[in-house]
Amino acid sequence: MADEDDIILSELNDEELVQQMMDDLYDGLKEEIEEAVEILLERGWTPYDILTKALVAGMTIVGADFRDGILFVPEVLLAANAMKGGMAILKPLLVETGAPRMGKMVIGTVKGDIHDIGKNLVAMMMEGAGFEVVDLGINNAVEAYMEALETEQPDILGMSALLTTTMPYMKTVIDALIEQGKRDDYIVLVGGAPLNEEFGKAIGADAYCRDAAVAVETAKTMVARKHNQMG
Amino acid sequence: MISDQSLSETGLSASGAGRVLVIACGALAREILALKAANRWDHIDLTCLPAKLHLYPEKISDAVRDAVAEHRDAYAQILIAYADCGTGGGLEATCKELGVEMIAGPHCYAFFDGNEAFAARAETEITAFYLTDFLVRQFDAFVWRPMGFDRYPELIQTMFGNYDRLIYLAQTDDAALDAKAEDAARRLGLRYERRATGYGDLASALRDFATQTA
Ligand code: B12
Repeated sequence: MADEDDIILSELNDEELVQQMMDDLYDGLKEEIEEAVEILLERGWTPYDILTKALVAGMTIVGADFRDGILFVPEVLLAANAMKGGMAILKPLLVETGAPRMGKMVIGTVKGDIHDIGKNLVAMMMEGAGFEVVDLGINNAVEAYMEALETEQPDILGMSALLTTTMPYMKTVIDALIEQGKRDDYIVLVGGAPLNEEFGKAIGADAYCRDAAVAVETAKTMVARKHNQMG
Repeated sequence: MISDQSLSETGLSASGAGRVLVIACGALAREILALKAANRWDHIDLTCLPAKLHLYPEKISDAVRDAVAEHRDAYAQILIAYADCGTGGGLEATCKELGVEMIAGPHCYAFFDGNEAFAARAETEITAFYLTDFLVRQFDAFVWRPMGFDRYPELIQTMFGNYDRLIYLAQTDDAALDAKAEDAARRLGLRYERRATGYGDLASALRDFATQTA
């Protein structure tokens, strides 16, 4: 396998290795990512640092290039898959090493819609940022959201829709929350390509997020504000 | 002769014949030309935007706006042969602002099937993936290659894991297309179904425009 210009990951210094990981993530090279994660762990990096400084940072670049039309869906999926490989190693260690816990999110694609690539990406990046994520999958009716909110008691409810016909269902869910007097118990974030800020406001969400990086930043800010308010 | 590839990549120029204009998605060119010929709507000219805009819906509204600006002076009236197509209501707002009509409905799968019928079937067909005549012919250019299946076959499962069937909404009776659609289903690992829809709500929208402007 080792051809002449193959890079030996273990021979790179930390800085070079992290740079190489970002490149490998961009190219969707799962095995290389897994190997590099192991190397950094051996070198004494905390799982949290590997996650945020290498994987999340690399995936943020992928997200930006997708937004700018440089990458398309398959490349994003491969990068996500590579990141998942790294995260699978880190996840059990994060708990042990006392990585910061940011909060909890329940996320799902709304009823009538089975697009899930963007939703999965948001879920992964939220986990990468230290949130606990409960993923309800696709085609979720109001009842499914309500039940999960009840059992999981998250800080955040996230809803995704990629079809013009399914976007309005987000309002159905928010209206149900209002009706049950629970709207203020959760931060509601919405996303998906056909949505925009105006729509988010109109249906009464706390925020519309254009991509996963914005979702993470918004979630952090809003959760911090919520905790401060509760004092 | 127009090629499907040019309809995908570059669109179709107006011929200059006709008092009124339809600005359409390239994916509807053959269908609109067929309706025009069959009904002798000689006063209607057609121009198409590249069908591949469908993969980048955020660009559709601006592309339509530019096309209307380009052709407005040369034609008495313009119809936009697009549905919402994932613009989240954006195209509707643009058309309203420009004072032009568009086709009702979420996308071409719905209006070929008939918007009402399509909506009524939404729950039972949630795990279905649709193709039209155009998409059957352009399956490789619109699905297989952009989704990366030529390079990364493992992504088929990631993308279509939640689907169980492919429904070919057929505008025309064409055994070759039927076979090609069935082959697409096989390649995606989906059950195959064919439903003859004809031109559905596209025909009525064009008929309305043709009579209004006759
Ligand atoms: C990939 C894709 C598919 C794949 C889906 C695979 C999968 N497992 O999800 C396949 C090919 C299977 C598919 C099927 C269909 N699709 Co499709 N699809 C797309 C496409 C090209 C890209 C969507 C995508 O995955 N983007 C990549 C991700 C990373 O981006 P994203 O989803 O926008 O997510 C980001 C942000 O929006 C945000 N975000 C997303 N969700 C959330 C949630 C929260 C809480 C937050 C905070 C943020 C957030 O963060 C994400 C990451 O940065 C879009 C067009 C487009 N360019 O958007 C059409 C599109 C959405 N599809 C469309 C259609 C019509 C369909 C079909 C009906 C087509 C058919 N032939 O049958 C079916 C739908 C079936 C169903 N019942 O749902 C239309 C919708 C038109 C409309 N009027 O609504 C589009 C717009 C294409 C078009 N112009 O025609 N599709």
